[in-house]
Amino acid sequence: MTWLFDFWRSSIGGKVTMAVTGLLLFGFVVAHLLGNLQLFAGPERLNAYAKMLADSGALLWVARIGLLVVFVVHVVTAIRLSRANKSARPVAYQHEDTVQATFASRSMVFSGLSLLAFVVYHLLHFTFGVTNPEHFARKGVGAGGHDVYAMVTTSFAVPAIAIAYAAFQIVLFLHLRHGIQSLAQTLGLNHGRLTPLIGKLSVLLAALIAGGNLLLALSVQLGVVKVAS
Amino acid sequence: MKVVLHIWRQTKRSTEQDHKQDGRMVRYELADVSPDMSFLEMLDVLNEHLIGRGEEPVAFDHDCREGICGSCGVVIDGVPHGPERGTTTCQLHMRSFQDGAEIWIEPWRAAAFPVVRDLVVDRSAFDRIVQAGAYISVNTGAPQDANAIPVPKADADRAFDAATCIGCGACVAACKNASAMLFVGAKVSHFAHLPQGRVERERRARNLVAAMDAEGFGNCTNQYECEAVCPKEIPVRVIAEMNREYLRAKVIEQPAGGKQIGGHG
Ligand code: HEM
Ligand code: FES
Repeated sequence: MTWLFDFWRSSIGGKVTMAVTGLLLFGFVVAHLLGNLQLFAGPERLNAYAKMLADSGALLWVARIGLLVVFVVHVVTAIRLSRANKSARPVAYQHEDTVQATFASRSMVFSGLSLLAFVVYHLLHFTFGVTNPEHFARKGVGAGGHDVYAMVTTSFAVPAIAIAYAAFQIVLFLHLRHGIQSLAQTLGLNHGRLTPLIGKLSVLLAALIAGGNLLLALSVQLGVVKVAS
Repeated sequence: MKVVLHIWRQTKRSTEQDHKQDGRMVRYELADVSPDMSFLEMLDVLNEHLIGRGEEPVAFDHDCREGICGSCGVVIDGVPHGPERGTTTCQLHMRSFQDGAEIWIEPWRAAAFPVVRDLVVDRSAFDRIVQAGAYISVNTGAPQDANAIPVPKADADRAFDAATCIGCGACVAACKNASAMLFVGAKVSHFAHLPQGRVERERRARNLVAAMDAEGFGNCTNQYECEAVCPKEIPVRVIAEMNREYLRAKVIEQPAGGKQIGGHG
């Protein structure tokens, strides 16, 4: 245990922690999107999927707790590293410039904190039913006996909610566009031919994920998906 | 040509409590600059004027003035060593600037590199890192035959890429997090590709990273500004190699004083 803690506290150990938890969160975001794309297949399909998840019992709780631990470790390590980075440069340059750093790479703390805020809102909205209880309470065949399709479509029919969800996809894109290729480098994968490819793949995957979520958020507004009556 | 300079002036050494001291940017106009002058020669001319006026000259580090010692280095318009790629400050020429340009000149900024005076910083943190293991432990004596241990060309080239480091500290200055990982990565990579270096690889990786962390450098976030300003163009590949070496060393580390289970320690 002390070995693990000492490793976590070292500079490279902290970076590796970010990379491994980042990779796991990336995997979750992919699975989350693939599952939710079933919105386009209609109410029966989406609600059956939600019911299947809700009925997985212990397995669901293992996944939820695991995900929570990974998320908390990612955020706590991010805070530790960013604070250390700040104190490593106590006096800022009067005249700043960069040569090749991307905007996304410079704004990871900002995009990360925005994601944190979004995740809290997202859970309050769709998991705990706090922000829009009237959408949450719809009875149906989905998870916990409520109608997930109705919940999602009535929510996304509200322009402000659809826009908020859409806007956060830009932030998610920025975080992943730097994060994916960054985690490869952190885990030691740097290779003359592969690295430029991983850079392009990073942009592509981030765009696919953010784009997919964006499509879901705007589906009702665009009239692609019908609001449950 | 004419230039307007904004230079960081600081008379007292930075401390843990007060990193800035009396430091501030001071504006100077310089009219008699030749485009053929090096950047340091331009500063020499400024200092001649300052001494003539009875003012304190601007302190800056320099030694070889031919791009090999690593002494020189200031941040010029936000970029360590200025606008030319693969070039030290002493090898930068005024023709890289436009007539009438405003130029901002600041010291390396890092808690681990306290400012001694004006543009001069104390880089002994790098020396302490090197002392922690950026060498091979062999007794000196009569040199071995150069080809006694064959090294494949590709490995020799990779080791040499890293060995070109002149320890100037531009990587730290360029990094948003004042991280020294390009420097330390270069030391790790330099030895990791050579058979002589591999014997002590785990100890080296652990000790160098521990020494780097103890000096208060930041943590790399893979923005690659270091690679862009390195006067020797050392690639960030060396950071990935250091990460690999460190991970490997930590994974096979034995508990201190503990008994090993199965096999002979
Ligand atoms: C949807 C949730 C999230 C995903 C999928 C995600 C993914 C990632 C990935 C893949 C990385 C790259 C790891 C590396 O650099 O090696 C990363 C880094 C990082 N994440 Fe997250 N992350 C998420 C949430 C957050 C949150 C909530 C924060 C809030 C503090 C955060 C802050 C950071 C920071 C500061 C870094 C390091 C940035 C850098 O090295 O430049 N992330 N994240
Ligand atoms: S003075 Fe030696 S490298 Fe510039």
